[in-house]
Amino acid sequence: MKNVLATRRGIICVGAVIGILAILLQYFGNPVNMGVCVACFLRDTTGALGLHRAPVVQYVRPEIIGFVLGSFVAAIVFKEFRPRTGSAPIIRFVLGAFAMIGALIFLGCPWRALQRLAGGDFNAILGLIGLFVGIWIGTLFLKNGYNLGVTQKTRSSVGWVFTIIMIGLLILVLLNPQIEGESQSGVLFYSIEGPGSMHAPFIISIVFGLIIGFLAQRSRFCTMGAIRDLILFRHMHLFLGIAGLFIAALIMNLILNQFNPGFANQPIAHTMHIWNFGGMVLAGLAFTLAGGCPGRQLFLSGEGDGDAAIFVVGMIAGAAFAHNFGLASSGAGATTAGIIALFIGLIVCLAIGFTMRERV
Amino acid sequence: MSKLVDARGLSCPQPVIKTLNAIKTADTSEIVVLVDTDTAKENVIRAAKSESWDEIDIKEEDGAYRITIRK
Repeated sequence: MKNVLATRRGIICVGAVIGILAILLQYFGNPVNMGVCVACFLRDTTGALGLHRAPVVQYVRPEIIGFVLGSFVAAIVFKEFRPRTGSAPIIRFVLGAFAMIGALIFLGCPWRALQRLAGGDFNAILGLIGLFVGIWIGTLFLKNGYNLGVTQKTRSSVGWVFTIIMIGLLILVLLNPQIEGESQSGVLFYSIEGPGSMHAPFIISIVFGLIIGFLAQRSRFCTMGAIRDLILFRHMHLFLGIAGLFIAALIMNLILNQFNPGFANQPIAHTMHIWNFGGMVLAGLAFTLAGGCPGRQLFLSGEGDGDAAIFVVGMIAGAAFAHNFGLASSGAGATTAGIIALFIGLIVCLAIGFTMRERV
Repeated sequence: MSKLVDARGLSCPQPVIKTLNAIKTADTSEIVVLVDTDTAKENVIRAAKSESWDEIDIKEEDGAYRITIRK
């Protein structure tokens, strides 16, 4: 059977649907220019579990659960569920952690960078240029024989485990629902101010997350792959997806009067150009070495890829470090500790790029 | 005589890189690419078509795809 969502028209439509749903999520309560941000939402979820204690970014984002479950359903329905693992998991963990640290210096993953620009936040231009440069560095490694090695087919449990973790998280939320004005409900933390306190109603978030997860699994939507394939092969296919996302989000913002152009006073953003750029160089390089943007890693986890799941766990660990060690930026800008971590991250990623090579 | 590219177990973009390298250095008019995910299958086909190797034949054999591409 032909996969219509993996055609040129399909990927454009999926991108556009993601753009529209993202802006609607913002309209329903998610933070500004953060209708869907995979890195931010994993960070908020990490905080809700108490793995970091930054009070403004603690909330189990149902979109994340929806992404994984939606992808899982698509993979099962279309017989693409393939339990697999064993392609350098510990390297993927480290890449995930540094990808998150880089993204939190910029304040957003590629998904949010596109939404920030669509909302008029010109600081995102620096982030996107950084993303481009990071991915370009990654493609140099790819051209020289870099890869993380062969994955192995394995038993079903490996493929199921990440989806089951997400179901567990969902049960945890249902058992510990948010209490108005309280920062804690049972074992979960809930922000009462800041970005973590801004969210669309639970049911909308999870349903939109499921739709995006399903569509993205089918279409192979990937914000890093979009730029990587363009640089590496001059292939436009995935790029059309992110173009669809950006244009749909821009149009939605214009319709809803949410387009506020400028550099200064942008929501959940800072104007330190060099660190907006640098943070995304690190994130882009780490995503490229790991073979997918944070969204794609969630969708792959849903379809049984245990290595992608390890990358996501790495991102969760990275988010915890980012806030526990004060590496994440804020509206005031990047931190000294964050800048040090950025350089450590770049050195680590370059070392991985140089050493994980197969002679060609 | 055809050239064989075994990209099983490799994640994207490796199957595409290997296919395009094989196309570049091909001294035959037929290349067989083995992949084991649907994503890799779609990407390899798309890459082959973009290089005008557009006569494509796909067979499924024990959980993997055997993609034959010809100029």
